Amino acid sequence: MEVQFVLNKKQIRVDVGTDAILLNVLRDQGCKSVKCGCETTNCGLCTVWIDGKSRLSCSVLAASVAGHEITTLEGVEKEAAEFGAFLADEGAEQCGFCSPGFIMNVLAMLRELDNPGMEEIKEYLAGNLCRCTGYMGQLRAIQKYLEYKKGEME
Amino acid sequence: MITIGNYVKAKTPEEAYELNQARNSRVMGGMMWMRLGNARIKTLIDLSELGLDQIEETDHVFKIGAMCTLRQLEQCERLREEYGDGIAEAVRHIVGVQFRNQATVGGSIYGRFGFSDVLTALLALDTFVELYSGGIIRLSEFVNRRPDKDILLSIIIRKGKRKFRYESVRRTKTDFPVIACAVVTGIVHGRESWYFTVGARPMKAALVERKWQIAKDVSEGQISAYAKEIADEFTYGTNMRGSAEYRRHLAEVLIRRAICSILAEG
Amino acid sequence: MKPENMRVVNHPVAKVDAQALVTGKAVYTNDLAPSDCLVVKIVRSPHAHALIREIETARAEAVPGIECILTYKDCPDKRFTMAGQTFPEPSPYDRLILDRRVRFVGDAAAIVAGTSEEAVKKAMKLIKIKYDVLEPILDFRKAKDNEILVHPEENWKSLCPVGADNKRNLCAHGVSESGDVEAVLESCDYVVDRVYHTKANQQAMMETFRTYTYLDAYGRLNVVSSTQVPFHVRRILANALDIPKHKIRVIKPRIGGGFGAKQTSVSEVYPAIVTWKTGKPAKILFTREESLTASSPRHEMEMHVRVGADKEGNIQAIDLYTLSNTGAFGEHGPTTVGLSGHKSIPLYASPKAFRFSYDVVYTNVMSSGAYRGYGATQGIFAVESAVNELALGLGMDPTILREKNMVREGMAMPAYYNETAESCALDRCLARAKEMIGWDEKYPCRDMGNGKVRGVGVALAMQGSGISSVDTGTVAIKINDDGYYSLMIGATDMGTGCDTILTQMAAECLDCEMDDILVHGVDTDISPYDCGSYASSTTYVTGMAVVKTCETLRKKICERGAGFLGCPVEDVEFDGERVTNLKTGEFITRKDIGNRVMSFNNEPLSASEAFSSPTSPPPFMAGIAEVEIDKETGVAEMIDYVAVVDCGTVVNPSLARVQVEGGIAQGIGMALFEDIVYNKKGKNYSNSFMQYKIPSRLDVGKIRVEFESSYEPSGPFGAKSIGEIVINTPSPAISNAIQNAVNVTIRELPMTAEKIYRGIREKTERE
Repeated sequence: MEVQFVLNKKQIRVDVGTDAILLNVLRDQGCKSVKCGCETTNCGLCTVWIDGKSRLSCSVLAASVAGHEITTLEGVEKEAAEFGAFLADEGAEQCGFCSPGFIMNVLAMLRELDNPGMEEIKEYLAGNLCRCTGYMGQLRAIQKYLEYKKGEME
Repeated sequence: MITIGNYVKAKTPEEAYELNQARNSRVMGGMMWMRLGNARIKTLIDLSELGLDQIEETDHVFKIGAMCTLRQLEQCERLREEYGDGIAEAVRHIVGVQFRNQATVGGSIYGRFGFSDVLTALLALDTFVELYSGGIIRLSEFVNRRPDKDILLSIIIRKGKRKFRYESVRRTKTDFPVIACAVVTGIVHGRESWYFTVGARPMKAALVERKWQIAKDVSEGQISAYAKEIADEFTYGTNMRGSAEYRRHLAEVLIRRAICSILAEG
Repeated sequence: MKPENMRVVNHPVAKVDAQALVTGKAVYTNDLAPSDCLVVKIVRSPHAHALIREIETARAEAVPGIECILTYKDCPDKRFTMAGQTFPEPSPYDRLILDRRVRFVGDAAAIVAGTSEEAVKKAMKLIKIKYDVLEPILDFRKAKDNEILVHPEENWKSLCPVGADNKRNLCAHGVSESGDVEAVLESCDYVVDRVYHTKANQQAMMETFRTYTYLDAYGRLNVVSSTQVPFHVRRILANALDIPKHKIRVIKPRIGGGFGAKQTSVSEVYPAIVTWKTGKPAKILFTREESLTASSPRHEMEMHVRVGADKEGNIQAIDLYTLSNTGAFGEHGPTTVGLSGHKSIPLYASPKAFRFSYDVVYTNVMSSGAYRGYGATQGIFAVESAVNELALGLGMDPTILREKNMVREGMAMPAYYNETAESCALDRCLARAKEMIGWDEKYPCRDMGNGKVRGVGVALAMQGSGISSVDTGTVAIKINDDGYYSLMIGATDMGTGCDTILTQMAAECLDCEMDDILVHGVDTDISPYDCGSYASSTTYVTGMAVVKTCETLRKKICERGAGFLGCPVEDVEFDGERVTNLKTGEFITRKDIGNRVMSFNNEPLSASEAFSSPTSPPPFMAGIAEVEIDKETGVAEMIDYVAVVDCGTVVNPSLARVQVEGGIAQGIGMALFEDIVYNKKGKNYSNSFMQYKIPSRLDVGKIRVEFESSYEPSGPFGAKSIGEIVINTPSPAISNAIQNAVNVTIRELPMTAEKIYRGIREKTERE
């Protein structure tokens, strides 16, 4: 079936199977940042935004996003690189496989929460698993990025 | 892996209902669970265009559309004002924000899952479900009905001054509960009433009701006796997350804590 | 060179591939695979032990899009091991690509390849297999000398003298000892005699096993794979397919984590045989379920420890017997078990006698493999827990007991192949860890007054740095036009950053900037030989190869520069940018040298050196956990974890820190949550991240890391390893914290709330 939606600000039209999963459709569209880590909605690697909200693309039917707006890391590359530099400074991207989903949810969090505290941040990002870092470096990167952003505002 | 023949965004509840009468039709919620099965679905019915994604409030009820996400439930200010942090507490442990942005209240209730935090929480309140064909019935009745071909439109919580507590124990913070309990109290027909639900036993949540007048200065021993009495009302099972015996113990502890917390609030 | 004088080494440089990773570029195996790859999937056995009587594939082969279906009849009957180890491998040759005998629920029974996932899945359902179901061995305590044999076959083969005997279900057996353990234990005032049990654990790297294969212009099998051991994969595939090694090329792109899982060739053989048979490109992506049910987890071990001491707490003897469960196949079975003793007992220098004996047995559960810590993790849980129980028995603070007994710099380590601890800051690590956590104020516990109690617990750990006299790293560096360098390594960056730290070392040696050096992933056709990234070898072994190569290259640059300047080489100096004639001040830049060697040149300006070490200098560390226990529910919550590590000179402080934090978090998972649960028929229930729970960021508490560096004279810039040791302390330290909080000792992992609750209840009932 044909589905039309907005992918990273571009209107696209794709022919998909009725049971096609958004994750695979996005990868076929060249958005290779979108990764699959578990297939059971537990890891957060496949996080993309649907109408600005973080969602797990592994369990979204491609057919159901018709008329909606999808954003992947490719669509926010500049911002990803900006935050990613903080992550890299901590060495906290490590293998990098979970980074795209993680960064998508970090950026969603920054849009949703105002000046979040550490506990709030941890809870917001709890659905993003990482096996390399033990999470501490990611949190340091977020804190430093928040300070940097605050500095930029002032 | 599921296979899907047709995918239809229903335009009206009536259309959804009609389509759902076919044997291989299914209604889609957040697709969190259905996707993991191996069902061969002929027609998958999407309710997302029926405006069922709102939490509405009237003088007497909260009406939660079946397509509301768990995240909406978690963030609803009015529910928080009415029932405290318990509602958010019931859902905030579920996997992660992305999951809760997607999983629907209707899906969770319709599924009647044993592990369902949502069911455990809502069952303790004065809750009804609105079905397209079956009309409005008590949630406690709905959960014990066999899944049928009706369409779940909304969940209705009848207002009334209630105190609400939700407690659970999990192996990791975002895991299914080993046990989940909700305790609610309020004046019903002029009498103090207590409602207790225990879910993830691992069987689905069930409700026990007591017309207890518990004084604020009741002894700890008496509260423990209450908690034990309630915990003993339920049956428990063993699976990889915990034994029946441990679950019974946890239920007693959590119920006692919830009662204490409610009494401490005054 | 002293760390404080270093320009690049010992600095927190960002990873050279960071930008690509954080912007989600297509750099991993599945991102690079051509779209026309055949989809390869495995039909897996539903039985823990069975013989295939009949396989019917005709209907499946008729499914449109199916290119090939392979059964045991199509695979060479020549056994091999999937373990990525240096030849001759200690792991027995006990596998076929497909075998008539299936040995665990999930074992491969058939391979299906087709042009689409749908076609392959459809075909899989149409393959009819009739099994003769056999009784399995599921209890590893009953495996040795059981009449049921997991590997009765005659062509089973053990290449090394590891005490293996397939007719006894033995994958390995051995004893090593010094002194008369029984006599010394007899003379002790106090002896702890306990049994500890660690479960199999999943590495659970975020990128599951995956490989794609194709034939190149020369008709050779090209293999692109997420592996830690590209050169070993080349040999493994040659063995498995029974073809010459020169027919195979292995390429390693970026890897989404390994932690040892990818030191076993879990996924490569399947697309490889498909491509070899069909000539077509093929790809396999393990699902998470396959990665959790048919992979290479940590060896389950049961360890019987006896530790004896005098009244003052001087440890006199340690006796350890380890029973290790290698599962259906022997990958890493004979070697992991060795570390359970050789990297736990030597933490204590005082014993007059020790004995370490072991059996490794075959059973009908999934094969085990290599997981960070590699047996040391299990052994250290047992020995460190026993030492903590000794302290409890003696009524001593467990840190003071350790201060009395632990190994210190310059001491001999009889249980560590008689090596000497040339670099060891373990004493400083423990002292600093105590300070960081506030041990003296917090030990043993504090009642929080709300039904909760917080305990602190301690453990020490060590590991090695490469496998002594085996692991070999080779490095080549060439100078290109404009003078930039190409650093060619065979070591495998699996996300941990070895491409970066080896570049740092080269930049330090060559007095240049990181940007002057190019480094890239491994290609067995091009990269110099390296055994791969495992056994904590890369920093130490390949790092030394970098240092040696740079020294040789510097000499050559000087010679060439002197030649261009027309002066004797004794007169010149190379400062990284230019070769200068110290007598005349004349100079030639590296850029000019690079360009000039590209014209009328008879000798390449490059260098290549190898390194292998006769010793494996251990890194050391101390870990202290603070855990809060709910006394009624038994729920344990991580509050704080301090880790102080001696990895010699820290090559890259931020990457090293993240290694430690990551290892601690994995260790916390192992200690509290992670469990592989089988049912009575051998079916694995822990088959998804829904059931196999790795810690989220809400489960690990605070993790704080510091370094107390020693200087390892045999290592590059004084460095030792860091990657594995960091997973070893959480289980014993957390166990000790629980013990100190609620006086309950849990000897079987994971230490779930229910086990703690039961311990508390039993204790109350006794009192």
